[in-house]
Amino acid sequence: MSEIRFTIDGKACLAERGQTIVEAAKANGVYIPVLCNYEALKPVGSCRICTVRVAGRYMASCTQPVTEGMAVENTAPDLEDMRKSLIEMLFVEGNHFCPSCEKSGNCELQALGYRYKMMVPRFPYLWPGRALLAGSPLLMLERNRCVQCLRCVRGITSKAGRKVFAAVERGPHVTIEIDPKLAAKLSEEEARRAMDICPVGAILRKEKGFALPIGQRKFDHTPIGSDIEKGTGR
Amino acid sequence: MGQKITIEPVTRVEGHGKVTIRLDDAGKVTQSRFHVVEFRGFERFVQGRPYWEAPVLVQRLCGICPVSHHLASAKAMDVIVGAGPGKLTATAEKMRRLMHYGQMFQSHALHFFYLASPDFLLGMDADPAVRNVIGLIALDKELATRAVLMRKFGQEIILATAGKKIHGTGAIPGGINKNLSPEERDRFLKGPDPLTIDRMIEWSQAAIDLFRDYHRKNKDLVDRFAEFPSNHLSLVRKDGALDFYHGCLRAVDADGRKVLDDVDYQDYVKHIGEETRSWSYMKFPYLRALGKEDGWYRVGPLARLNTCDYIPSPLAQKEFETYKAYTDGKPNNMSLHSHWARLIELLHSAEVIKELLLDKDLQGTKLVKKGRRAPEGIGLVEAPRGTLFHHYRVNDDDQITMANLIVSTTNNNEPMNRAVNWVAMNVLSEKPEITEGMLNRVEVAIRAYDPCLSCATHALGRMPLEVALVDAAGRVLQRKVR
Ligand code: SF4
Ligand code: FES
Ligand SMILES: [Fe+2]
Repeated sequence: MSEIRFTIDGKACLAERGQTIVEAAKANGVYIPVLCNYEALKPVGSCRICTVRVAGRYMASCTQPVTEGMAVENTAPDLEDMRKSLIEMLFVEGNHFCPSCEKSGNCELQALGYRYKMMVPRFPYLWPGRALLAGSPLLMLERNRCVQCLRCVRGITSKAGRKVFAAVERGPHVTIEIDPKLAAKLSEEEARRAMDICPVGAILRKEKGFALPIGQRKFDHTPIGSDIEKGTGR
Repeated sequence: MGQKITIEPVTRVEGHGKVTIRLDDAGKVTQSRFHVVEFRGFERFVQGRPYWEAPVLVQRLCGICPVSHHLASAKAMDVIVGAGPGKLTATAEKMRRLMHYGQMFQSHALHFFYLASPDFLLGMDADPAVRNVIGLIALDKELATRAVLMRKFGQEIILATAGKKIHGTGAIPGGINKNLSPEERDRFLKGPDPLTIDRMIEWSQAAIDLFRDYHRKNKDLVDRFAEFPSNHLSLVRKDGALDFYHGCLRAVDADGRKVLDDVDYQDYVKHIGEETRSWSYMKFPYLRALGKEDGWYRVGPLARLNTCDYIPSPLAQKEFETYKAYTDGKPNNMSLHSHWARLIELLHSAEVIKELLLDKDLQGTKLVKKGRRAPEGIGLVEAPRGTLFHHYRVNDDDQITMANLIVSTTNNNEPMNRAVNWVAMNVLSEKPEITEGMLNRVEVAIRAYDPCLSCATHALGRMPLEVALVDAAGRVLQRKVR
C-alpha cells in the first residue's frame, strides 16, 4: 500500500492513495469540521464548513484527495473565522430553538456552534416560515431546522433503490420533500437511520423525542471533533 | 380632582405586575386593580408542534416552576399516549414525584427565605435597600446560608431526575427517561453534610419554628393582614391526603363546606369556567357551581391545607394539626398564613423525598408505557403556588392542535386583587402621605400568593419600583422610583 506524505498546519501526516483530506486528517488525529459530508456517502462539497487552504487556494477538504507533499492549512485564524461565519449563517437562515429541540445534544450544528464559541450571531435572523411535514407514519420533517446538507437525499433509499427524500428548487430556496408512498413503507430501523443521518433536528422519528436523558447524548461528554483529536474517533 | 397610584412592576413577582390605585380628592381609595401580563401567546405557539415536544417547550413559561409545567404537560401527554393516571410504571411515577417534590422543596425555600422573610425579619417598613436577601445575610448569616443550601438540595434533586437544574427533559409521554442511580441516591441520603435529606428535614422544621415565633410576637398583623373569606381549590389524593403530584379536584368554601369533591380533572371544563374582564389580560377562573360572582377561589399552600384532610408524613402532619387547631379546624382565610402553610409543605416535601429515596422502585428499569391513543389529554399538578392545568388536543399526525393552560397565577387572580384591595382600603386610604413602607404592603399582599425567581435572581428584590400619583386626566402629580 503506497503512502503519501503531507502536512496539516506543519504536522507531518501520512495518507493512503485516494483518501480525501478530511479522511486522511482524521486518520492522523486531526479534526476538520464537516457538515454535508457523512460517513460512506459520496461527498458533494456543498456546505464548505470543511474549507482548508493549500498553496493559497481554498478547497473543500471533503472532496479533495490528498497529493504528495501537500501542505494543508486547517486552523489558520481566518479559516476558523470563516467556518464560524458559515455556522452562524446556518443558524440565522433557519429557525433553530435548541432548548426545545429533541436533537439538542446530538445535533452537529449545535455542537459546531459550541466548538466555534458562537455567542452572538453577527448576522440578522431571517425567520423563514417553513412548513412542518407530519403526514408520514414514522417520521416528521421539521424543515425550520433543515440546513440543506442533502445527506438524507443521498443516503436514504427504499429497498428498490428509490430516493425517499428529494430536494426541490435550488439555491437558497431548496426545500426537502418526503415521498409519501415510500415513507409510508419505511421500517423502524430505516426511520432511525433517517433521523441519524440528519445532522440537525429536521428529521424526527415520531414518538421517540427526548427518550435519551441529558448526559447520555452524543456530544454531552465528547464535544464534536474531540474524539478524533484524542485518537478515539471511529 | 381624583388621583391614581400606579405601582409597576411589582417587585419580586414573576412576569410584569402592575398595581393601579385610584384615589378621590380626599385621598380615599375608590378602586384598586392588580394586572399581570399573562402567557397566552404560548398557547398559539405550541400549535402544530409534535406533542412530545410540549413538556420541554412549556417549561419556558416560567423561571421559577419549570418542573410544574414540565410535569403537568407530561401528564396530559400520558393521556394522549394511553398511559394516563395510574398506568405509569412505578419507577416512572416515583421519579416524577421525586422531581416534583424536589422542585416544591427548592421553590418553597426560595419563596420563604429570599422573597418573604425579609418583610418579616427586617420589617415591612425597613429601608428597601436592605429589605432583601442581602439584608437577610447581614442579619442572620446562618439562616441565609441554610436558605442557599436548601435551594441547592432541591435543585440537585431536579438535576438527578430531569437531567438539568432548570429546563430538563426527564418526563416524557408515558414515563421518564432515566432512573435514579444508587450513587445519586446515596449522595442525597449520606451527603456530604449538610446536603443530606435528614438535614433538610431538620432545617424545614426550624423554618416552621421561626415563623411560629414571629407569629406569636405579631399575631395581630399576621392574622389580620389581607384576611378575607374565599373558596379554596386543589387536588387531593383519593383518600383526602395532601398530594402535589396527583389527585382529584376538591373545592371548599370559606366555611369548609365541600363545593367540589372527588372530581376527575379530565372533566375540569365542566366545573371550572374562565371569565374575561375588559381591564385585564388575565382571565378570572371560577367554580361553575357557584357562578361568576361567587365562584372565585384561592389556590396554593393556604388552599391546599384547607382542602386536604391530612398530610401523609408524620412530622408535617403534626404541624398540620397545630395549624388546623389555630382555626378550630375551619378553613384558614388569612393571607399571611400562606407562609405558615408553605413551610409545613416544605417539611412535607422533605419527608416525601426521603421516603422516595429509600424506595427501590427508583432503581427500576421499566421507564415508559404506552396504550391506546387518545385525541385529548389533560394534566394537572399542584405547583408550588397552586393548581396548574394543562389541556391539549393532538391530531392523528401527532401535532398539537389546541392548548389551554390555567396557571396558578391566573387561579389566584381574584384573590390577589382582593388582597391588594384590602391593603388599599386598610393601609393607603385617606392617609395624608403615602410612604414607601405602605406601598410595600401592597407587595407583601401579592407576595403571599406569587413569588418570583426571575425577579429575585435578577434584582434580589431591588427591581425598579415605580409609583406614580396620577390625576384623573392622567397627569403625573408625583413619581417615586426605587
Ligand atoms: S432534512 Fe436533515 S439531512 Fe435532509 S437536507 Fe435537511 S438537514 Fe440535511
Ligand atoms: S463537509 Fe465539505 S463541503 Fe460540507
Ligand atoms: Fe411559575
